[in-house]
Amino acid sequence: MGAQVPIEEGIFTWPSDSPRLIGSECAECGAVLFPAQSGCPRCTSDDTKYRELGTRGTLWTWTIQGFPPKAPPFAGDVVNFEPFGVGYVELPGEVKVETRLTTADKDELKIGMEMDLVFVPLYTDDDGNEVMTFAFSPVES
Amino acid sequence: MSKPEVAIVGIGMHPFGRTPERTGQEQGVYAVRKALVDAGVEWKDVQFAFGGSQAAGAPDTMVSKLGLTGLQFINVANGCATGGSAMFSAYNTIASGAYDLGLAVGYDKHERGAFRINTKASGLGDWYGKNGLALTTQFFGMKINRYMEQHDISHNTLAKVSAKAFRNAEHNENAWRRQPIAEEQILESDMLSYPLTKFMFCSPGEGGVALLLARADKAHKYTDTPIYLNAAAVRSRRWGSFEVMAPWIALDDGVGPTVDASKAAFEMAGIGPDDVDLAQLQDTETGAEIMHMAENGFCEHGDQERMIQQGETNIDGRFPVNTDGGCLANGEPVGASGLRQIYENVLQLRGQAGKRQVPNDPQVAYTHVYGAPGISGVTILSR
Repeated sequence: MGAQVPIEEGIFTWPSDSPRLIGSECAECGAVLFPAQSGCPRCTSDDTKYRELGTRGTLWTWTIQGFPPKAPPFAGDVVNFEPFGVGYVELPGEVKVETRLTTADKDELKIGMEMDLVFVPLYTDDDGNEVMTFAFSPVES
Repeated sequence: MSKPEVAIVGIGMHPFGRTPERTGQEQGVYAVRKALVDAGVEWKDVQFAFGGSQAAGAPDTMVSKLGLTGLQFINVANGCATGGSAMFSAYNTIASGAYDLGLAVGYDKHERGAFRINTKASGLGDWYGKNGLALTTQFFGMKINRYMEQHDISHNTLAKVSAKAFRNAEHNENAWRRQPIAEEQILESDMLSYPLTKFMFCSPGEGGVALLLARADKAHKYTDTPIYLNAAAVRSRRWGSFEVMAPWIALDDGVGPTVDASKAAFEMAGIGPDDVDLAQLQDTETGAEIMHMAENGFCEHGDQERMIQQGETNIDGRFPVNTDGGCLANGEPVGASGLRQIYENVLQLRGQAGKRQVPNDPQVAYTHVYGAPGISGVTILSR
């Protein structure tokens, strides 16, 4: 029985009771980016600092990935492919983050709806570990 | 209109689509030889070249087939704007006075299916591709989905853009997909990336285009019908724009590189959008053509619904767009795609476009390409 491991170190805090996406914030102008990077594309400063991002936002736009992406780079299941939602979620006062969505039903997606950060298994690696990635899910009303 | 310094004096093209018997490089050589004949010059007369190819090898290897004349040959790579960038570089080389006659050439040969993205080369982490986010098609779906909601663009208008592309390509012997397809069939085809269906997307393909450029004041030495390059501009993205392959977007709303490149080109040419008689606008999918009409200044956001429903962008309409079938019907060999647009405009301005000729003697024609990770190239041509 393998463990749950993150898709890549440094993208979100893991393991954690309440994992968060890891971004960066420009020390000069305050611009927030995801994932974290050195160098600010807004003000050109090279002084950025670690910042954990908020977990709730609004859906800015979305689509549904209807065909299996080429693998590689895609690491999910292409044999028994299931369409998945993709969107940008606007985290208030921070940044819009591109993300998988937990639903692929167009009738469940609406621009402006509230979304919460969740973590979902993407695939099982060669060591039997469950590789976890982040996604956003419609807020349950 | 500003006084042009550069003219296009020869054009050549290898048909787009799938040509299993020729490598990408051979398709490029084929196009160059056609352009040489068109301009009435020999390879040894060509003083410099800029060449682009994303997936079919380095263009400067063509000299082993065209002739080892020792010319200055520079390879360019700039995503989907590779062709436009080759053109821009050739334009500047002549405008600077360095040379009198040169070549912009592009060709490509991509594998089937959606582009396979090298995330590392795109400056992105492996996680992005593993996650299933490294697809240009998703960006197109997301951009037009939001745009449709904001500006009341209908699904039927998406279908009309595709239908026009295939209709125009029926009369283009160099196009890939030349069978007209009904709007209903376009709407009912597989949903690849909502709201875009299979027949609303272009496909990576093959093909080659070559253009010979000369000093405007010497153009008549080569041709009776020089087509003048009044502007060529390339711009990259600024803060706040929404681009393909972006793990994040700024909260601030900004304009994209198309708006910037278009403004720069109009300024360079000394004319405005109303002076343009026809345009080739990047239509990697139908949504792109619609949004690029407004981003390039040819209408207000949202006007496209009425314009397209009323047929204004048809060949016989008020403002014809993508008269050769665009990327939708020609496919997208990245290195050649932007040059195909210019090739088509040269034909149209010369009055040599045959059954797809825009009527009433067009004088000014416009091209626009867009590519990852947020770059646009625009040219303005006149006769």
